[in-house]
Amino acid sequence: MKTNQTAIAARGLRKSFGSHLVLNGIDLDVTEGTVYALLGPNGSGKTTTVQILSTFLSSDSGEVRIAGHDLLKEPEAVRSAIGVTGQFSAVDNLLTGEENLLLMADLNHLSRQEGRRRAAELLERFDLGDVAGKLPITYSGGMRRRLDLAMSLVGSPRIIFLDEPTTGLDPRSRKTMWEIIRDLLAGGVTIFLTTQYLDEADELADKIGVLDQGKLVAEGTVAELKRLIPGGHIRLEFADFARLETAAHTLGDVSRDDEALALTVPSDGSVRSLRALLDRLDSEAISVEGLSVHIPDLDDVFFALTGQPKNQKVGK
Amino acid sequence: MSSFSYALRDSATMLRRNLRHAMRNPFVTVGTIMTPVFMLVLFFYVLGGSIVGGLNGGAKGSTEYLNYLVPGIILMTAALGAEFTALGVNSDRTENIISRFRTMAISRGSLLTGHALANVIQTLISVTCIIVISLLMGFRPNAGLVEWLEFAGLLVLFALAIAWLAVPLGLIAKTPSGANSLSLIIGMLLPFFSSAFVKPETMPDWLRWFVENQPFTSVLETLRSLLTGTPVGNNWIYAIGWSVGLIIVGYIWARWVYNREPSH
Ligand SMILES: Nc1ncnc2c1ncn2[C@@H]1O[C@H](COP(=O)(O)OP(=O)(O)O)[C@@H](O)[C@H]1O
Ligand SMILES: [Mg+2]
Repeated sequence: MKTNQTAIAARGLRKSFGSHLVLNGIDLDVTEGTVYALLGPNGSGKTTTVQILSTFLSSDSGEVRIAGHDLLKEPEAVRSAIGVTGQFSAVDNLLTGEENLLLMADLNHLSRQEGRRRAAELLERFDLGDVAGKLPITYSGGMRRRLDLAMSLVGSPRIIFLDEPTTGLDPRSRKTMWEIIRDLLAGGVTIFLTTQYLDEADELADKIGVLDQGKLVAEGTVAELKRLIPGGHIRLEFADFARLETAAHTLGDVSRDDEALALTVPSDGSVRSLRALLDRLDSEAISVEGLSVHIPDLDDVFFALTGQPKNQKVGK
Repeated sequence: MSSFSYALRDSATMLRRNLRHAMRNPFVTVGTIMTPVFMLVLFFYVLGGSIVGGLNGGAKGSTEYLNYLVPGIILMTAALGAEFTALGVNSDRTENIISRFRTMAISRGSLLTGHALANVIQTLISVTCIIVISLLMGFRPNAGLVEWLEFAGLLVLFALAIAWLAVPLGLIAKTPSGANSLSLIIGMLLPFFSSAFVKPETMPDWLRWFVENQPFTSVLETLRSLLTGTPVGNNWIYAIGWSVGLIIVGYIWARWVYNREPSH
């Protein structure tokens, strides 16, 4: 498969529900074999975008090509190329995990044998082998989400849509889901995911689009986006002015707050940079009174890009 | 494969799924048999005496009333299939199964066709149970093989009509209990206001007009005639006409609701 081909291309997508304008002219380009993360707070239009791109909803205007097919003219060809895992789980609760996968195999017109092979492979890969014969109501949230995703993969789609794949999952299940997404990518597929978490986009995406009130307010690689937002920092507090003075001298590039006896050091918040910082202070035998790490989150991104904290923008 | 054979294959897949649901959740099937059995017992043993009094000048012919009643109970059993179908379709909606299917390259109507065919099978099973129970209670049909086959044919046609009306009800209802209430219009109301339990001649004129002209009565009178040899008149033409008409209306309505833009 050739790289640098466009898997998803959208121009001028608009969508209103009644008088409520939800998408106000969205352009997207997702390169084959990459992960695109659509980042935005609740109600910003992420699900609506995914639903339009995946043929579930129609847009009011705009053009979309998915895997080279026009969304309006060849919806069936688009559907054959994509796998969709929606925001809310879509599993059949009266069928076991395995039966759910076999149902998908039948609907993807796989032969009986091929379907069984594919189901077994996915159960194994998503660590669902032990519960394959059980009904999904007995599953944990993480297992359910994995089954949901596995069902979308039975037909071996080239483009996968994941709408908030980790929302509501515990930290461990979240990590597992990230692993799965990386594995998928290694298999050569294109992934379009939505998330409310900057760290998730950071972790997974080649390119991030920031959606706010139906508009893409920023787009770029993780590094490009991070340049736009106030960086993370470590805040150090000292017992007295002398120590503050020495520390400021040792560390150089810092901003100081003499009143609070505190220094703010730019940092990506990683353990490694934290250790390096403490090592430097140690080598000068400067004792630190208090320390806090600040990692930029979605709030910072939104504040930087729109001048308003995101919580005010949800506006329900 | 052609798109037609894909449509057949997808519908068969959906039907298998529905039948598996029914087997996994047998209470639904048992429920659709329990209600008519309850009605049978209620009307025959509890109310039967006084109804018969009004029917045929007090003839104490239990078998005679049972022969009158059972075809009505059979019609009600088939009509109650609406509940089974509407609930099944609605849970596919609320569990987002329909959302998933809409983004897959499968034949559009197959999900609905699967539900409709499952209803036919469910109805044939339920009605068979009801007939066995009725026979044990003393029901004495005089149908020959041909009549039984015609009976089964009309029953299938009627079950399809019920199913295709119930599918859109299941799609438009926002909750299972909403789907349930809507389907009971078909499953309870129309059978009650038909000639299922008493003869229309005993009813006030306005009601009698409705009862005699509503679709279920012609189907019921035809079923009754096939089983017990009562005069059928041209009821059988209306029965087939209504059933086919309702299938067409229900099918078009169902496809329209299914294909329109989904909303909250
Ligand atoms: N079918 C619909 N009908 C009416 N309003 C809708 C519908 N779907 C979404 N909306 C509204 O559109 C906005 C964006 O919703 P959505 O795309 O679900 O956002 P997100 O996924 O980012 O949380 C919200 O204000 C939501 O209430
Ligand atoms: Mg959403």
